[in-house]
Amino acid sequence: MADQAQAKAEQGAALAVSIPQTIDLRKRPRIGESIIQTVLFICGFISIFTTIGIVYVLFQESLSFFADPAVTLFEFFTGTVWQPRIGEFGILPLLNATLVISSIAMLVAVPLGLGMAIYLSEYASERARAILKPVIELLAGIPTVVYGYFALTFVTPILRGIFGNDVVSVYNMLSAGMVVGVLITPIIATLSEDALSAVPGSLRQASFGLGSTRWETAIKVVVPAALSGIFAGGIVAMSRAVGETMVVALAAGASPNLTWNPFEPAETMTGHIARISGGDLSYGSIDYRSIFAIGLVLFFITLALNIASRRIVRRFREVYD
Amino acid sequence: MSTTTMNDSKYAIETRAMNIYYGAFRAVKDVTFSIERNKITALIGPSGCGKSTVLRSFNRMNDLIPGARTEGEVLYHGQNLYDPDVDAVQVRRQIGMVFQKPNPFPKSIYDNIAYGPRINGWKGTRAEMDELVERALVGAALWDEVKDKLNQSGLSLSGGQQQRLCIARAIAVQPEVILMDEPCSALDPISTLKIEELMLELRQRYTIVIVTHNMQQAARVSDYTAFFLMDKEDRAGELVEYDVTSKVFQNPADKRTEEYVSGRFG
Amino acid sequence: MSTESLRPERQSIGSLPEGEAARQNVSSRQRRGKIWQGILLACTIFGIIILLMLAYNIVNDAFGGIGVQYAVEEEDLTDGRPLEELSQAELIAILETNLRSRVLKNLERERPLAERSREELIDIINDEIIKPEVVAVYSLSEFLFDRPTIEAELRKSHPRAEIEFKSWLSWDFIVTPMSSNPVEAGIRTAILGTLYLLWLTMLISFPLGVGAAIYLEEYKNDKPFDERIPAGRWMNNAIQRSAGLIETNIYNLSGVPSIIYGILGLAIFVRALEQFTSGAVFGYADPTTANGRTILSAALTMSLLVLPVVIISSQEAIRAVPGSMRQASYGLGATKWQTVWKIVLPNAMPGILTGTILSISRAIGETAPLIVIGASTFIVTDPTSLFSKFTVLPLQIYNWTSRPQPEFRAIAAAGIIVLLVLLLSLNAAAILLRNYLRSKRVST
Ligand SMILES: Nc1ncnc2c1ncn2[C@@H]1O[C@H](COP(=O)(O)OP(=O)(O)OP(=O)(O)O)[C@@H](O)[C@H]1O
Ligand SMILES: [Mg+2]
Repeated sequence: MADQAQAKAEQGAALAVSIPQTIDLRKRPRIGESIIQTVLFICGFISIFTTIGIVYVLFQESLSFFADPAVTLFEFFTGTVWQPRIGEFGILPLLNATLVISSIAMLVAVPLGLGMAIYLSEYASERARAILKPVIELLAGIPTVVYGYFALTFVTPILRGIFGNDVVSVYNMLSAGMVVGVLITPIIATLSEDALSAVPGSLRQASFGLGSTRWETAIKVVVPAALSGIFAGGIVAMSRAVGETMVVALAAGASPNLTWNPFEPAETMTGHIARISGGDLSYGSIDYRSIFAIGLVLFFITLALNIASRRIVRRFREVYD
Repeated sequence: MSTTTMNDSKYAIETRAMNIYYGAFRAVKDVTFSIERNKITALIGPSGCGKSTVLRSFNRMNDLIPGARTEGEVLYHGQNLYDPDVDAVQVRRQIGMVFQKPNPFPKSIYDNIAYGPRINGWKGTRAEMDELVERALVGAALWDEVKDKLNQSGLSLSGGQQQRLCIARAIAVQPEVILMDEPCSALDPISTLKIEELMLELRQRYTIVIVTHNMQQAARVSDYTAFFLMDKEDRAGELVEYDVTSKVFQNPADKRTEEYVSGRFG
Repeated sequence: MSTESLRPERQSIGSLPEGEAARQNVSSRQRRGKIWQGILLACTIFGIIILLMLAYNIVNDAFGGIGVQYAVEEEDLTDGRPLEELSQAELIAILETNLRSRVLKNLERERPLAERSREELIDIINDEIIKPEVVAVYSLSEFLFDRPTIEAELRKSHPRAEIEFKSWLSWDFIVTPMSSNPVEAGIRTAILGTLYLLWLTMLISFPLGVGAAIYLEEYKNDKPFDERIPAGRWMNNAIQRSAGLIETNIYNLSGVPSIIYGILGLAIFVRALEQFTSGAVFGYADPTTANGRTILSAALTMSLLVLPVVIISSQEAIRAVPGSMRQASYGLGATKWQTVWKIVLPNAMPGILTGTILSISRAIGETAPLIVIGASTFIVTDPTSLFSKFTVLPLQIYNWTSRPQPEFRAIAAAGIIVLLVLLLSLNAAAILLRNYLRSKRVST
């Protein structure tokens, strides 16, 4: 038996016959590998084309928008009326509505999301986490159009019930803002929780060792240590709120309106783009071009927010590892 | 560049003034030595002195580390492995490697062995492949333990068996040299003993270079021993002494070697 | 007493509370901690409450009561027997006695009544004689708990109407195409459009996303050109730079609002590439085609939208494959692609698939980009090809929700249930698929 095995092993050398066995180490062109590498590179490069495409399209159509005699760049950024029908193209009402709604959303989402994050990372037992995490994921996974439905058919009636039908309009910024807040809460909750759980346990132990309560440890040690991550998460959420379309299109009304009153209807940038393009657009009309100009403003706001959040994470990340 | 299929030199690998860098950091400096064929050469030295770095330079595994760079020459069959014309894939086909932690693929035992021949353009019938797999496993002293479960996952084996599977996998492509980086450090003493016996057997057909922290192991299995040490000033590893194993352990020329092998630092 | 005297002079640098004061300090801090813990818990529970409210909101609207008014009561026609029990002859008799002769003649000319099936006859009786008309819509809670009020109300406005239970979500709703009458409207075209779009988006974005992820994870540091020639070095440098650029760019793209992708799709796919996306260059002339506003344009737009997320999740899955596995493969003389194809991809596939399905299922809920590229909101024909006009579930929900009539709200709610069920099953499928692939890999 053993001899047989030995014999087999001896034959080992003979095995190699059909494996190419020259000791030529020179490179030979591997065409296949090069083609594959090129194809993969192009796959990656498509994302760059996408960005170039977005920037090009937005700029090009915006240029022809501003070339129209009815519009001037100055009027666009300072005008307080957006009424394409009478040739008024001031973006301020749209920008203002976006701002009001995003601010309401942040007012809802920051305390709520941060509360969830601190509870999950500092207090919750494994069992509680197993229940709560899916809840947050579920909230994050619900399509925005459903949130829009919720705002219009559930939240608005409640608000009107509380403040009175003559105070709160059927379409209003408050309802839209609150629901956008719910929609971005999971973003703040997950990103903040990631930041909080990245704080090393030794820091918490040090705090407990000095006689701190759990709350004091959380709020005076862990949260400050994770602040940059929390802040970055807040900015990402803000950018989501600014770009959110469906909730505002359904619940915030369809008329550009420069007002701070959250009970009034006012159309946001995204809402306006959706409404204008939802109708029958004739290409080349000034309405058609105006959505590109609004899109450009929207693109730069969200891009700036995203870059800011990335900077913050980068700048403060290496503190604990 | 000459193409040699026969090589009458008694050395399998020769290095000349080899320097290896990780980015700006020089990890290994001025290493010149020759590894004799069909012998076991052990690389020893304290942690961080560059043993693994040197070992990986023999089959260009360092290429896979971003920023790693090798200067000087590593000669194999008279060709400098770092010559721009040389293809790393061809090199690794000739100079196989066994790693510190057993790393079988999450495939069946059979497919683990067959992987190497298949990617290297092996042609043959299913029966021939069965034969090849069997011989590789016999060669790695694993056949009797796994012959009834060749279709089970390689990961279902014990640590020692996994490591022998990795050795079988390496010899299935019939390399000339096998590099082993602390192949037993993750194993229990009995598995270690089996691998050591296996190395002594494999020596008849292969040139083996092994990195180990275990002095007894180096003394037991190797024919030659190279002792590396980190230079205190620039933290670069250098070759302090290289000789027949018995000489290095019993009558070292360098005082630092003596201190190390007698366990005074490390 | 004595412990205090043992301590060194402290007074000069302030004092910590001692004894009873210290105990009180701690317990008041503990109390404060408990209160805050309660607040945090409330925040978290609020998330659950929102989900419950959402569920209540939708179910409450998708089911409920309707006030129906009939031109003629069924009992009056049949002497109290249900229509379904009547024979064909009896049904024809009812039609002949109740319909005006001109209508009857028209029907006979279409197809003689005697040749028609009983079901058909019952339908005609329903449509032409009984003529049910929904005159009021009530939510489920009103229907269940507020019956007397709504009955009184209905009696005042429509004395002959009756209140009936109505499930707006029904099999008919799922299999019938669009209609401008909300009672008869179904969601079939939208479901088919969504499924079509899902498949196409998957087909386009999966290979592109995985390809890009492989490049970024495995090839990023490669130097494909000869380093000895300046041009080669320059090329290698350029390639490495662009790899870095691609990564930053992907991150930034993932933060671009979806409606901007819609604008991009409108300008590029719908307009600039109209010849291609409408199928014209392929000699395709679908009579339903609305220029470039086709499924193909939508799928291309959606693919660009999900691509960053697909790439990022695939990168994570590829990164999770241990490096030791790659080294083992390289150590045997495998080339890069052999290692990627035979070792890395099979091991990363469960993660890649799950991530891809999850991110694409997110896209299926997206509405804004499709509004912008101008998907139709009212079509009655099923999508048949890449170049068909189409609509999707979220778009239909949006459209119905934005109508003020309660009937449309109700079918919007029913549509939401269909959409959520579809999304949940996609998620479940992703998880099952992952578990299946994992178990398969371990056992072989
Ligand atoms: N991938 C890498 N990147 C940068 N530096 C590295 C890398 N690998 C090793 N080094 C450095 O090179 C030097 C030599 O490392 P090497 O792993 O070769 O040592 P070693 O002798 O094998 O140590 P050990 O016995 O612990 O395995 C060390 O200073 C190490 O920090
Ligand atoms: Mg090592």
